[in-house]
Amino acid sequence: MGEFSTSSMSDIIFMFLFFFMVTTTMRDSDMMVIIKLPEATEIAKLDRKDLTSYINIGSPTAGYQAKFGTDTRLQLNDSYKTVDDIRDFIASERESLNEADRPFMTVALRIDEETHMGVVTDVKQELRRSSALKISYLARRSGQ
Amino acid sequence: MGKRTVPEVGAGSMSDISFLLLTFFLLTSSVDQNKGMARRLPPMSDQDQQQETTRINERNILLVKVNSNDRLAINRQLSDVSELKERVKIFLTSDGRNKEMPEVDEIQIDGLGMQVVSKGIVSLNTDRGTSYKMYMGVQNEIMKAYNELRDEFALTRFGKSFNALQEEEQEAVKKKYPLNLSEAEPTDATKKTGRK
Repeated sequence: MGEFSTSSMSDIIFMFLFFFMVTTTMRDSDMMVIIKLPEATEIAKLDRKDLTSYINIGSPTAGYQAKFGTDTRLQLNDSYKTVDDIRDFIASERESLNEADRPFMTVALRIDEETHMGVVTDVKQELRRSSALKISYLARRSGQ
Repeated sequence: MGKRTVPEVGAGSMSDISFLLLTFFLLTSSVDQNKGMARRLPPMSDQDQQQETTRINERNILLVKVNSNDRLAINRQLSDVSELKERVKIFLTSDGRNKEMPEVDEIQIDGLGMQVVSKGIVSLNTDRGTSYKMYMGVQNEIMKAYNELRDEFALTRFGKSFNALQEEEQEAVKKKYPLNLSEAEPTDATKKTGRK
């Protein structure tokens, strides 16, 4: 039996690697809330990821439940925030973009499906007040 | 001429290294799942902070209400999410003759010529206790109705589905079926306040 060469193995693995690098995104921040996105069919990909800011709403993950309970919480960047902090968050996110891109800033709402609409509406009102009007409700594609 | 022999580098460990890199990326990354329903919030002006004062003819409104128990009512009649899409489609395709159905406008659309456009508005009312899941389900059905109408129109007019159209054509079709979705401030079932 002839020994077969393993030198092409690294090429194959590298190819895998590049595939994963292209198709995935780095986890931007630690998730401190549990979020199960609702299902939807009429959804589209977000066009400009660099112009997107995320607002996460859900109940705290197991590690934080002892301290924060299981009530719905808002996570902006890396900490729990209240609805009133949204305005500052939007302002700083907007500041970090360059001038030409600012009108295209999108706020992606990553909201757990069990959340009550009251919270969601408060957030939406606050977004309107900070004139961040382009929003997107993130969802999972449901099986047809 | 110096020494020309370069010691050979073992390529066997290369695959190990790349495997390591691969696992690193697998662990630190998450599969892209940023898909969502894009919306535009209405701007907040000082005047309409409280309520929009423009009166709209009642026949032009399809009132979709969801209460805190996630029960759905269309025009004050209990209904189900599965019926919503058809109701919205019928509502938006009226020719204006039926007095119960929305009025229509005839407007000039670039690339389509004169078109009958419905004045219908879908009004979505939720309660503070409505679940987000239900809300998204309702939004999804309404969007589905619009998308199907646009698709059907695109097929009869251009012989292509909406997504296959050129950008200008898509804009024109969107003008034929404009997304008129109004979201009222949610009610609060836990507080019994008199209606204004």
